Amino acid sequence: MSTYAQKKGVGAVIWDYLTTVDHKKIAILYLIAGGFFFILGGLEAMVIRIQLAIPDNNFVSAGFYNEVLTMHGTTMIFLAAMPLLFAFMNAIVPLQIGARDVAFPFLNSLGFWLFFFGGVFLNLSWFLGGAPDAGWTSYASLSLASEGHGIDFYALGLQISGAGTLIAGINFLVTIINMRAPGMTYMRMPLFTWTTFVASALILFAFPALTVGLFFMMFDRLFGSNFFDHTMGGNTVIWEHLFWIFGHPEVYILVLPAFGIFSDIISTFSRKRLFGYSSMVFATVLIGFLGFMVWAHHMFTTGLGPIANAIFAVATMAIAVPTGIKIFNWLFTMWGGSIKFTTPMMYAVAFVPSFVAGGVTGVMLAVAAADYQYHDTYFVVAHFHYVIIGGVVLSLLAGTHYYWPKMFGTMLDEFLGKITFWLFLIGFHLTFFIQHFLGLMGMPRRIFTFLPNQGLEIGNLVSTIGAFFMAVAVIVLLWNIVITSVKNVKVGNDPWGDGRTLEWAISSPPPFYNFKQLPLVRGLDAYWIEKMEGKKEMTPAEPLGDIHMPNSSFIPFMISLGLFIAAFGAMYRVDYAWGLPVLVVGMAITLLSMLVRSIKDDHGFHIHKEDLIDDKDKGGKA
Amino acid sequence: MKRLGKWRLLPLLAVVALLAGCGEPFLSALQPAGEVAQIQYDLMVLSTAIMVGVIVVVAIIFILVMVRFRRKSEDEIPKQVEGSHTLEIIWTVIPILLLVVLAVPTVSATFKLADVSEMDQKAEEGESEALIVNVRANLYWWEFEYPNEEIVTSQDLIVPTGEKVYFNLKASDVKHSFWIPPVGGKMDTNTDNVNKFWLEFDQTKADEAGGIFYGKCAELCGPSHALMDFKVKALPRAEFDQWVADMQNVTEPVQAETATAQAGQEVFNNSCIGCHAVTPANTTPEQARMGPNLTDFGNRTLVAGILENNEENIKNWLKDPEEYKPGNKMTGKYNLSDEEIDAVTQYLMGLKVQE
Repeated sequence: MSTYAQKKGVGAVIWDYLTTVDHKKIAILYLIAGGFFFILGGLEAMVIRIQLAIPDNNFVSAGFYNEVLTMHGTTMIFLAAMPLLFAFMNAIVPLQIGARDVAFPFLNSLGFWLFFFGGVFLNLSWFLGGAPDAGWTSYASLSLASEGHGIDFYALGLQISGAGTLIAGINFLVTIINMRAPGMTYMRMPLFTWTTFVASALILFAFPALTVGLFFMMFDRLFGSNFFDHTMGGNTVIWEHLFWIFGHPEVYILVLPAFGIFSDIISTFSRKRLFGYSSMVFATVLIGFLGFMVWAHHMFTTGLGPIANAIFAVATMAIAVPTGIKIFNWLFTMWGGSIKFTTPMMYAVAFVPSFVAGGVTGVMLAVAAADYQYHDTYFVVAHFHYVIIGGVVLSLLAGTHYYWPKMFGTMLDEFLGKITFWLFLIGFHLTFFIQHFLGLMGMPRRIFTFLPNQGLEIGNLVSTIGAFFMAVAVIVLLWNIVITSVKNVKVGNDPWGDGRTLEWAISSPPPFYNFKQLPLVRGLDAYWIEKMEGKKEMTPAEPLGDIHMPNSSFIPFMISLGLFIAAFGAMYRVDYAWGLPVLVVGMAITLLSMLVRSIKDDHGFHIHKEDLIDDKDKGGKA
Repeated sequence: MKRLGKWRLLPLLAVVALLAGCGEPFLSALQPAGEVAQIQYDLMVLSTAIMVGVIVVVAIIFILVMVRFRRKSEDEIPKQVEGSHTLEIIWTVIPILLLVVLAVPTVSATFKLADVSEMDQKAEEGESEALIVNVRANLYWWEFEYPNEEIVTSQDLIVPTGEKVYFNLKASDVKHSFWIPPVGGKMDTNTDNVNKFWLEFDQTKADEAGGIFYGKCAELCGPSHALMDFKVKALPRAEFDQWVADMQNVTEPVQAETATAQAGQEVFNNSCIGCHAVTPANTTPEQARMGPNLTDFGNRTLVAGILENNEENIKNWLKDPEEYKPGNKMTGKYNLSDEEIDAVTQYLMGLKVQE
């Protein structure tokens, strides 16, 4: 299949990406879409900080501010952080375990398009009468009272993109269980694969709770049911439970893969095996398990009573133990190592103290009686931004620099990378550290303005200045991407020189079929072991043979498009007569596409052995 | 990276220094003005102390690593260490012990703060000694009903100092949250059920804060969530009793004195009284109490919880409440000329149960 290397027209490239089932191309789609939403969410954050720079500001109106804060949270969690992590999972995990692709390439594509159409649907609310305005938590009493279609966009958009996430999670579970290369036992898997595995399990169990909650919400708003209407026997606290049964594991869905990326980076640039690998794995699994036992710590002030509050307080504190194990294991991986401060490593190093700061405030928040003071104030805002930015976003930036050569075959500029790093790190601490104090000084969260003479002026101004540092950092990163893409200096298999895991044993970017012959894994850090024995490549575990590959398909796009159209119908059915037919047409597109998929035989194709040998003769690497 | 390590330590030292008291005494949770806030403050200090300890340990290891283990030569290959059982046991067991130290007072305080048994005794033995306030949160205003004293007021919560005050909390439209930061943590006002808790107000601290604490809504409830403030006047018991007696004395709407005010009263009775009561009796059902009770309006610290209480601001508020509290439920419910607004303002300013 030498078509792979041929030059193609723009139209052909677009068609290729619309129909691709290749995990590496889907990774790029996730990276572009997630990156776009990350910038959108960042702009929303800037609106928030500009509005709060001075007391009594009127940069935006109260109603618009609530839309911005809701969309900032929703976009960053669902449409930026998770898809960007999926980008790295897709790009790297199949390579790390030496797999041909993910287990279900078709579903992989479907997962992406569902997320994409869900995200686009949600953001179209800006142009169609107003975005959702009840916070990313969308508590039932307020979201049911919210006028217009904002909350409908939220419920339907997240429902569609949530289905994509669930599909992606299942796909990674099956991939990691079934498709590991010979010799890649569970206890030889790199930490990023392990954390992807556990995060996928969390997705499998957590997202159904959100799906149920969103269905209730959707039916309450669009079809007149009364799940959350207390005057009709409903109950709003149920929404809080459903949301947080999903919402707390969601934090770990985000942060565990971040831990994985950092574990790999720290180990790589310390040139040392991860300290306490098995306890790292154990801690990951334990965090994932405990993550489901603590959701009510978001509801300490809801009035669940002292017994529930005390139990959830203690359970929450327990999570500090495995997290602490991880922190010390990272420190002791570096201890005695040979640390090279590349851009990804700088992020990893800065992550450790930043995340500790977010973690300790987490334990403070677990102190239920004291949480009555912290809850819903800027203390909480500071805490979760320390966790999400100090953990997840730093890992995304680290991963972007670290995996960029593997995904695109060229390095990002290290000098610009370090400028981004310092600006971002300084901006991050400047923005959020002081918010702890704002909260304790009596500033509730989600307020569109604050009045003068309450002692809140200086803190808010400092915070806004910090936000601008982060904005500049992101602009430098974009510039970095542009100029290095233009130069496009090609790199080899292991551009960092210190690669330990399988993804560095293959060319950058890898051929579409990945490893020509499945590699034989002889231990943890498989590639490092071979390198230490003086070898340049992995030992193959099988003779060269035909490779079975899946065909590209446009059906995932159509299935997602149908749901996108149906969502408009469901929403406008209440106002216009055309709503119902549009709902039916949209569902028909989806169901017919599924039918076509079911009845049409698609056996994929084979790359013949001869072609693979041919490649090698031309100098291609496997 | 060495600089980074040191730089991380600085703010932590600042934590300890700053926790000792910052913010304004009428708003800051760091200047506790009552038993509940004090319990919570002590827990904050305890947990912060433990956490600073953890951070110091991490910071020391971190700085050592950053200084000692930089790559000196591209050829060096460090020893590949698998792990250390001793170290792993140490950093598992010590955190567990620290958490136990934190968990015990946490659980104990959680139960203590939730103890409202004194409230419930009332039902069995008739009137209880405990002071009970029913708080009803509404889109951007607060109602305070004293069921035993049979009076209703709004926006300004009047409480006696030096004793436990018990609260029944609920919301009549969407969920809000009742929070007086210097006096104690918040409790949500749900639409579905009544939440209960207690607070205690300290006289000395109240005096330091200028006699008034700020109360806030802490749960996003709509456009004017940020402006859903209330004020708390904490008084010695005798003054509180006097206020209650004065309130109870108002059984009929107080007649306006000046001619303008009388005209204003007439306008009020035609346009406003449907939502705003001017007698403190709690005989009207909740659903009919659609706006704040204005019996003691002349003595309120603020108009609508946010504007200084003077003639100019009352007029401005009546002319266009939307400008001051977007999304409020008062806008568009009445249609008054400028003269009528002037007259109503005169009438409202005269509504005082105490001079």
